[in-house]
This record gives sequence, structure tokens and C-alpha cells, in this order.
Amino acid sequence: MEITLTLNGNKITASVAPDTVLLDFLREHGCASVKCGCETSGCGLCTVFLDDKPVLSCSVPVVRADGHKVTTLEGLQEEAAEFIGFIADQGAEQCGFCNPGFVMNTIALLRENPDPTDDEIRAYLAGNLCRCSGYEGQTRGIRAYLNAKKEGRL
Amino acid sequence: MLTFNRYLRATSLEEAYTEAQKKSSVVLGGGMWLRLGKRRIGTAIDLSDLGLCGVEETEDSYRIGAYTTLRDLECHAALNTQYSGVLRESLRAIVGVQFRNLATVGGSVFGRFGFSDVVTVLLALDASVELYKAGVVSLERFCTMGRVNDILTHVIIPKRSLSVSYHAQRNSATDFPVLNVCAARNGEQVTVCVGARPARAVAYRYTLDGTAGKAERIANEIASRAVFDSNTRATARYRRHLCCVLVRRALDDILEKEEA
Repeated sequence: MEITLTLNGNKITASVAPDTVLLDFLREHGCASVKCGCETSGCGLCTVFLDDKPVLSCSVPVVRADGHKVTTLEGLQEEAAEFIGFIADQGAEQCGFCNPGFVMNTIALLRENPDPTDDEIRAYLAGNLCRCSGYEGQTRGIRAYLNAKKEGRL
Repeated sequence: MLTFNRYLRATSLEEAYTEAQKKSSVVLGGGMWLRLGKRRIGTAIDLSDLGLCGVEETEDSYRIGAYTTLRDLECHAALNTQYSGVLRESLRAIVGVQFRNLATVGGSVFGRFGFSDVVTVLLALDASVELYKAGVVSLERFCTMGRVNDILTHVIIPKRSLSVSYHAQRNSATDFPVLNVCAARNGEQVTVCVGARPARAVAYRYTLDGTAGKAERIANEIASRAVFDSNTRATARYRRHLCCVLVRRALDDILEKEEA
């Protein structure tokens, strides 16, 4: 099947098998930030934006993205750079495997709710699993970023 | 793993219905649970182009398109205002935002999954389903039906002044519920739905007045009437105990809300 989608601002036309999932398609197209961490749609590692909404790319047949806009972390470097340092400062990046999914979903959270409480951060990021840090580091990092922004230090 | 030979983006409900009559065809919802199965699918039928997304508010009901996502329902202001935020409460623990942006109301309801949070709540709200050929069927009846070779197009929630409360027990956050309970009171009539038994949700109806100890008696009676089973998450005995506790909490909640 032939599909056309906009990936990180670039229009791509490709021929795909009907049951190709978006995750595999994206990796084949050079988006190494998108990773498969589970087989149960439960870890959040493969988070990408489909028309600006965060979704699990492991669960979307790529044919469903035909005609739509897909954004991965490769296309959001600038927006991510703003706060990723704060997460690293807390040592919360650890092994790094879950980070792209966390960063993508954090961007989605901050676009939707620019001033979340800690409970709102936890609730929004509940679908991103991390086996290293226990989540406290990420929450502290995001809180530090938000505080810095409020205090005009950015 | 999601495997299918052919993908059909249906251009009409009739086309989707005709294709769905083949045993090897499957109508796609969000596709979240489909990928966990081992079934080899002939044709995957996608209804994305049929305008089945969104919630339409009429004078006496909310008509929810089958392709409305669980996240849309969770964030729908009017629905959550009408039913004391019970939809938000029941949906927020389902995996994560990214999952709920894909999972659809139609997929959840058509699957009639035992572990479903949304089916338990919709049952308590006296919802109906609209099927392309069979028309409107109460969700309670739909939950007792076997395989259905029809297309679910909408879920309809009647507008009623209800006091509602939802409670669920999970072994860990974002996991399937071990048991869930939703109670809805309309006047002195209360509907209590118990799901994740682990079988499909069932509804029980009682009269709930302010009599002391009535909530406790209803909770005990439902716990003894309902059929529970064991699986990797919990034993039947534990579920029966939880049922008693969660039903009592839901009824107490409703009585407290009404007193307030």
C-alpha cells in the first residue's frame, strides 16, 4: 500500500505492508529515538505525536497515519533542549532507554498544561515506565524547570 | 502481534458491514488489545473516515461516536459535570495518556472486556449502544449477547440527574482492575455495577433510602449474589471481599454527596 505522511515536517511517500506498525516504519526512516520497550502497549517508550497528540507508535498501523502529521523527538530537539538539562541535573536520565518517551510526553503535558502541579505531572506521565529512577528524579527535574521558568531564569 | 493481510478504510457503514460478515475480518477500534492476540486477520476494517469521532449533546442524551477516544471522554467537560466526574475518575488509571489517545469507546464497549473500567461505568449510567443494522440495544442486554456481527456506531448515555460513584482496586497503578464498582442513584433507585469479576460487568438494582445500615446490607447481598473467579491478579475469595467493601464505599459516597 502506498501512504503519504508528514514526518517531522517532511512529506514522505512510501510503500508499506498493511500491518506495518508506525514504530517500525519510523525506525526504518531514521528515527532511532522511537523504541520498543514492551509487547503490551504499556511502557510509553515509543511515544510520538500523531497530529500533535501523544500516542503509542507500537499500536498504530502506519496506514492509519496516511495523510497525517507524525512528530518524533528528532523533530522537537529545540523544545526538548529547554528542559532536558534539568532532568539530567537530577541524575534522572540514568540508563537513558526510557528518556525519549518521557521527553515526548513531557512536551505534550507542558503544551496542554504549562503550569502543572506535581500530582498532574505524575498523572500525565503515568504511562511512561522507568526501571532505573523510581520517577522522583524526573518529577524533580520538571519541577526545577518550571520553577526556573517562573523565576525568569530561562 | 498485529497481523493482517488487507486494510480497508471503509467509505460507508454498508461497505464496512458487508466486509465484517467474513469470518476473517475484524473491525478496528483503537487496536490496543487486538495486537496482544495471536489471531491472523484477513481484513482489518478501519472506520476512521465515517465521522464516528466526538460527543453530540442532544436534549435528552449524549451520543458518543464509536471512534471517540477514551481521552476525549475523560476530558469532556459537559459529560463529567453531568456525572460528578465519574468518567474522568474511571478512565484516568487506564495505562497512560498515550494509550487513551488511541483506545476508543467503541472498541472498549464492543469488546465487552471483563477488565473494562468504562463498561462498568456506562452500564451504571444506563447507556445503550447503537448498532448499524440492529439499531439501539441497551448496554445491559448487549453485555449478555454472544458474538455480534454488526457495527457499533455510537454509545448513548441518557441525560439523568444521578448521583454516581466509582471505585476500583488495582494491584499497581495503571494495571487492569482487580475489581471495579460503579453505583448510580436516581431518586431512591440505585444501580450497582460490578466489573472485572474478572468476567463482564453485571448490574444489580436496589432501593436505597436513608435507612441506617442499608448500604451495608446491599453490599453484603451483592457480594453473595455475584459470581467471582480467580486469575493471576486475585482469587475469587479476595474479589468477593473487595466487592463488599467497594460497594459499601460507593453507596456511602452517594449518600454523603446527597447530604452535602
